[in-house]
Amino acid sequence: MSTTTKESVKFTKETYLYWYELMLLLRKFEEKAGQLYGMQKIRGFCHLYIGQEALAAGCMTATKPDDTFITAYRDHGLAIAKGITPKACMAELYGKATGCSKGKGGSMHFFGVKERFFGGHGIVGAQIGTGAGLAFAEQYKGTDSVSLTFFGDGAARQGMLHETFNLAMLWKLPVIFICENNNYAMGTSVQRTSNVIDIYKLADAYEMPGDSVDGMSPEAVHEAVARAVKRAREGGGPTLLEIKTYRYKGHSMSDPQKYRTKEEVEEYKQRDPIEYTREKLVNDFKVPESEIEVINDRVKAEVDESVKFAEESPWPSDDELLKDVYIQQDYPFIVD
Amino acid sequence: MANRVIQFREALREAMSEEMRRDERVYLMGEEVAEYNGAYKVSQGMLDEFGPKRVIDTPISELGFTAVAVGSAQNGLRPIVEYMTWNFAVLPLDQILNTASKMLAMSGGQVGCPIVFRGPNGSAGQLGAQHSTAFESLYANIPGLKVISVSNPYDAKGLLKSAIRDDDPVIFMESEVMYGDKGEVPEEEYLIPIGKADIKRAGSDVTIVSFNKMMKVALGAAEELAKENINAEVIDLRTIRPLDWHTVLESVKKTNRLVIVEEQWPFASVSSELAYTIQKEGFDYLDAPVRRITSADAPMHYAPNLVAAYLPDVPRTVKLVKEVMYLKK
Ligand SMILES: Cc1ncc(C[n+]2csc(CCOP(=O)(O)OP(=O)(O)O)c2C)c(N)n1
Ligand SMILES: [Mg+2]
Repeated sequence: MSTTTKESVKFTKETYLYWYELMLLLRKFEEKAGQLYGMQKIRGFCHLYIGQEALAAGCMTATKPDDTFITAYRDHGLAIAKGITPKACMAELYGKATGCSKGKGGSMHFFGVKERFFGGHGIVGAQIGTGAGLAFAEQYKGTDSVSLTFFGDGAARQGMLHETFNLAMLWKLPVIFICENNNYAMGTSVQRTSNVIDIYKLADAYEMPGDSVDGMSPEAVHEAVARAVKRAREGGGPTLLEIKTYRYKGHSMSDPQKYRTKEEVEEYKQRDPIEYTREKLVNDFKVPESEIEVINDRVKAEVDESVKFAEESPWPSDDELLKDVYIQQDYPFIVD
Repeated sequence: MANRVIQFREALREAMSEEMRRDERVYLMGEEVAEYNGAYKVSQGMLDEFGPKRVIDTPISELGFTAVAVGSAQNGLRPIVEYMTWNFAVLPLDQILNTASKMLAMSGGQVGCPIVFRGPNGSAGQLGAQHSTAFESLYANIPGLKVISVSNPYDAKGLLKSAIRDDDPVIFMESEVMYGDKGEVPEEEYLIPIGKADIKRAGSDVTIVSFNKMMKVALGAAEELAKENINAEVIDLRTIRPLDWHTVLESVKKTNRLVIVEEQWPFASVSSELAYTIQKEGFDYLDAPVRRITSADAPMHYAPNLVAAYLPDVPRTVKLVKEVMYLKK
C-alpha cells in the first residue's frame, strides 16, 4: 500500500484548480454523452468514465506531455485529459468527419497521436502488451518518455498481462501498468474472477514493484504515478499500480446493474473526487465560490460548444470507406 | 397444433437446455453466462436449472478457458463454449485451430474433440472495427472443424442440438441483432442435420444464396424483385462447412444464374469457394458469371454512412440480380 497519505504532501492551489476543472470537464462531458446516447445521437457501445476522474487528473500532473497514454474502450476521460479537445471527442462520438478519429473509431476508439494518446482499444487486455511496445520504442529511441498503459480489473485476468509483465521486467521497459480497478468487469466483481483479489500483487511473480492506490484521491494517484514514472525514466523498469476507483454508471449504456446495490454506488459518491477538490479549494485555499462558478461556467460552455461543433460537422464522405486501410495510396482493393 | 413463436435467444436456450437434460456431460462455459444470465440473455435461467457446476462463469480469459474446455472435451466431456462475440475468440483461435481441429489427426484417430464454440458473429450496428468482423470463411478454411451460421430461431434450435450431439468440434455463429427475432419453433423435439442448405423461397429466374443475418437482405431483395415479376430462389446455406453446394447446383440448373450475398470480406470468402465449385460442376448451366456482394474490403468504420456503405443491402442486391439477368436499369 502507499505509505504516503493525502495530508503528507502539499499540492499548490494551481494544481487543485487544474484538477478541479479537468475532472469537472470529464464529468460534464460524460453526462452530456450519456444524454446524447439516449437521444440516439451517439450509437454503438458507449462506456462512461464518470467516477474515475481522479485517476486521469493524478496521471496528468505526474507525467509530461511526451509520455504516452493507451487504454481500453472506456477512453473518453483519458483522451480529453491528454489534450484531445472535447470538440474532436464529441464529433467522434457522433461519427463526424471532424472527430478525433475522423468518425471512423467511435466511442471506443479515440486516437490523438499528436497528443500522444494511442487509443481506445476494444479487445479486453490487448493494449497491455501494446502499451509495453510503446515503451519499447521510447527505450529504443533513447528518450526519457514513459508509457502509461491503462486497463481494467477484468482485463487483469487475460494471459496478455502475464506475458507482458515478464517481458517488461526482462527488458526493463519504461512502462507504468495502471489497472483501473472499478471492481467490476461488466457484471462480474473482482472477487468472482480470481483467488488473488489484490491485483497489484500480480506484479510480485515478476519481481515488479506493485502498489495499491486510492483512485478517488487525485493526490494519491499523482504520488504513486510520479514515483513509478521517476523509476521508469531512470531506467528502473515497469511498475504495476492498482488504482481503486469506481464507475457510478453501468458498464455501458445498456446495463441494468443488478449485480450491485444502490447503497454501494452511493457510498462511493460520498467520496466524489470533484466534490472533494472543490471543498479543498474553498476551505483550504479560500477560493471564493464566485471563482468556482467561473470554472463551472467555462466547463459548461466548453461542453455545449463541443455538442454544437459535432452537430454542425459533416459526415465523412462515402469514399472514406476504402481510405485509411493502407498507407499505400493506390492499393488494389477487391471491388466486385 | 399451431407452432409456438419464440425468440431466437430462446430457441438457442432450449437447444442447450434440452441437450443438457439429456446428457450429463454437456456443460456451458463463458463470460457472464451464469449469474448475469448471458450478455445477450441467451442463457437466462440456465444457472437456476443446472447450477454452477454446469453453467460456468469465467473471468475474461478466452485463451485459458477455451483451453480448459478443449482439454475437458478430449477427456470425456462435451462442452459448449460461449464467446460474448466471435471477435473475442481470436485470442483462443490457437486452441481452436491448433488443438481442437487437429487433435484427431495428430493422435491418429485416438483423441477427438466433441465441443461447440458459439456466439454472435459479424457486425451489429455502429460498433467500430474491432467488434464487427464476420468470421465464417476464416473458420471454414480449417479442416477438422464444422461451421454453422444460422438465420432464424427454427434452424438455430435444430442445428445447435445437432452440433452439441456431434462428435467433432463445431463453430456455431449467431448474431446480436437477431437474438430478439421471433419465429415458429415446434414444441416437440427435432434435429436439423449439419451440412444441409435450405431453400427459403422457391423461384425460377435467379438463385440468391446467403446465410446468417444477410438472409434478410437476400429475402428482401427477392421480395423487391417479385414486384417486377422476377422470381428469385433464395437458399440459406445454414452450414458453411461442409458446404452443401449440391442444393445450390440443383437450383442453378433451374435458374442458370447465381448471386451470393454475404457479410464476409471478399478475399477467399464463402462466395469465392461456392463460385468456384458451381463454375466447376455447373459450367454448362450458367448463363451469366456468378456474382456476389460482400462486405467492403476494409475494416468497418463507425460513422453511420460508412456502415451502410460497408454492408450488403437490398438495393445493391436487386441491381446485381438484374445485371446477371441482363436487364436494363
Ligand atoms: C477479449 C474480450 N473479451 C470480452 C470482451 C467484452 N467486454 C467488453 S468490456 C468487458 C469488461 C471489462 O471489464 P474491465 O476490464 O474491468 O474494464 P471496465 O469496463 O470496468 O473499465 C468485457 C467482458 C471484449 N471486449 N474483449
Ligand atoms: Mg472494471
